[in-house]
Amino acid sequence: MADKRKSCLSGKGVTKVFGFGRTRTVAVNNVDFDFKEGEVISIVGESGSGKTTLAKMLLGLISETEGDIYFQGEKRDISSHGKRKAYWQQIQAIFQDPFASFNIFNKIDSVLLDCINMRGGGRLPYEQKVEMMTEACSFVNLKFEELTNKYPFELSGGQQQRLMIARIFLLKPKILLADEPTSMIDACSRATILDYLLQLRDEVGMTPIFITHDIGLAYYVSDTVYIMEKGVFVESGSADEVILHPKQPYTQRLINDVPKIYEEWDLSTV
Amino acid sequence: MGKVMLDVRELTTKYITRFGEDVYAVDHVSLAIEEGRSLGVAGESGCGKSTLALSLMGYYFPPLYYTSGDIIIDDNNISGMDPDEVRKSILGREIAYIPQAALNALNPTQKIIHFIEDVVRAHDPTATKQEIYDMAKGLFESLGLPAEVLQKYAVELSGGMKQRTVIAISVILKPQVLIADEPSSALDVTSQKMVIKMLRNLMDNGYIKAMIFITHELPLLYNVTDDIMVMYAGQIVEKAGAHDAVFDPLHPYSKGLMGSIIVPEEGLRDVKLAAIPGVPPNLKNPPSGCRFAARCKYVRPECRVYSVPLREIGNGRSYRCVISEEELRDIYAREAQENG
Ligand SMILES: Nc1ncnc2c1ncn2[C@@H]1O[C@H](COP(=O)(O)OP(=O)(O)OP(=O)(O)O)[C@@H](O)[C@H]1O
Ligand SMILES: Nc1ncnc2c1ncn2[C@@H]1O[C@H](COP(=O)(O)OP(=O)(O)OP(=O)(O)O)[C@@H](O)[C@H]1O
Ligand SMILES: [Mg+2]
Ligand SMILES: [Mg+2]
Repeated sequence: MADKRKSCLSGKGVTKVFGFGRTRTVAVNNVDFDFKEGEVISIVGESGSGKTTLAKMLLGLISETEGDIYFQGEKRDISSHGKRKAYWQQIQAIFQDPFASFNIFNKIDSVLLDCINMRGGGRLPYEQKVEMMTEACSFVNLKFEELTNKYPFELSGGQQQRLMIARIFLLKPKILLADEPTSMIDACSRATILDYLLQLRDEVGMTPIFITHDIGLAYYVSDTVYIMEKGVFVESGSADEVILHPKQPYTQRLINDVPKIYEEWDLSTV
Repeated sequence: MGKVMLDVRELTTKYITRFGEDVYAVDHVSLAIEEGRSLGVAGESGCGKSTLALSLMGYYFPPLYYTSGDIIIDDNNISGMDPDEVRKSILGREIAYIPQAALNALNPTQKIIHFIEDVVRAHDPTATKQEIYDMAKGLFESLGLPAEVLQKYAVELSGGMKQRTVIAISVILKPQVLIADEPSSALDVTSQKMVIKMLRNLMDNGYIKAMIFITHELPLLYNVTDDIMVMYAGQIVEKAGAHDAVFDPLHPYSKGLMGSIIVPEEGLRDVKLAAIPGVPPNLKNPPSGCRFAARCKYVRPECRVYSVPLREIGNGRSYRCVISEEELRDIYAREAQENG
């Protein structure tokens, strides 16, 4: 199937090696990918398979040991501070560990105000900023009025994760990298939040990349699924193809191990 | 009817915030667990699940305070007991608790066996190294954990192995009741399954007599516990057998929760998941009427005025809503039809 959509983020032979000698770990091993604009991608794999490492390379937080990453068809250049800043205007992330993601000295209002400023809204009247922040919070089932004057560490794990996601509704990035974005959020709120994130895709053409070991979530949200095992993409394709008709035993195991409610969940396999 | 291992009556506890306000995170909660049974606790983030777990142990320290109610463990009323006494004679022996962030509970620079020696000696100073080792080895092997783990440091274990080690250690003093708070949420699906298998093992082999399992993942609860209790804003809104809770929920919040389950099964991509917009009330000053009223699709004028008691409807089931059982089922059936 030839895909005519424009390439958004792609990579050739992308590799990351940590350490030397006995401690040498190839966390990501020679992966190729081509994410299209507006396509919803999921990268699924077990713990330690290299998902977060790949995400950090895509973001430019760590450098690739080998291989090239292309942004909108051109080789990505983040060699200077200015270029990196420009790149981060386009790509934003929600991290796995919300506890580590906020600067503990910043109150919640300033976390959100920074997002508005980053998008060039610094000169907007304050009332309008409040309106924008209130709306962003409502998308993730948070009440802005109850957050002002609080610090992120005064929120529960699930509430911090929501705050991270609220930022995305203000930043409206071209690419969203979401690393286990809803691990601490209950099913009901998760459904609401995912729906709003997918709306943002339609609205501003955002390309969401979900990184998760929750294969149910991957199936629900994505167009294309990449399955990662020990640093390698062992299988990829449309969500229906990969999840309903998996070819690799590894993929089959990931699916089998998800707790089921409509079918028997076989505990004898572990 | 089996013996009641844990009997909780109208338990209310609160946080006092740094501004001096009272936050009632557990509000008149009653529950009873019989020998050999397990109870799952589900609910939105911030509804009070972890606070309930802490409160049940009778071990209070600021900013959490006991307000009223009874906690009876194995015929022993521990509410209002001195915290030091609770720590000495209750924790670990009567009731064991695996906290939400248990993966970090092990000291990374201590061998697992040394950690176990400390735990056992705190209760039995005369136990010898050999006795403790033999006991630990027997326990680990019967739970499917290799005895070599005992000689390792916590940093050398993977997340899943670490979590199973924490669970094994938590039952070493043979507690009657185990409370596990999100024990598998940080793990990948395979490690999660191993943890679940182990917890079921503990129950089946009588290592523990009753279990409370807290998580927001309903498919997990369905596969682990006999009964499910749903909390909303500090209160119980529904209690039922696991099958009824998932396939015949009554309270509109539980209904929404069950309708938003994501499983990788065919057809999921085409269904619209139930979403409940809005936020739960602030527990500093909850509304006088039904706490869910502001987000409820079926809200009636009286819901906003009168508080709603938990109704018992037989078979160990109860729910907190003014609408009758029959009418709720009718409404849900009609909706299901409209949505195809
Ligand atoms: N900074 C680092 N230094 C050395 N090794 C690392 C580093 N970061 C990751 N690794 C190793 O690289 C491998 C992949 O780790 P990564 O965090 O990318 O996995 P993951 O798929 O995100 O796992 P999880 O689902 O647990 O988050 C692991 O073996 C890990 O130990
Ligand atoms: N130290 C504290 N001081 C004041 N309020 C607190 C404190 N800790 C928790 N709370 C409040 O008590 C309520 C219940 O919190 P709890 O941690 O029990 O929720 P939970 O159901 O376990 O949530 P999660 O699913 O995110 O773990 C929340 O509204 C929270 O904001
Ligand atoms: Mg990761
Ligand atoms: Mg909790």
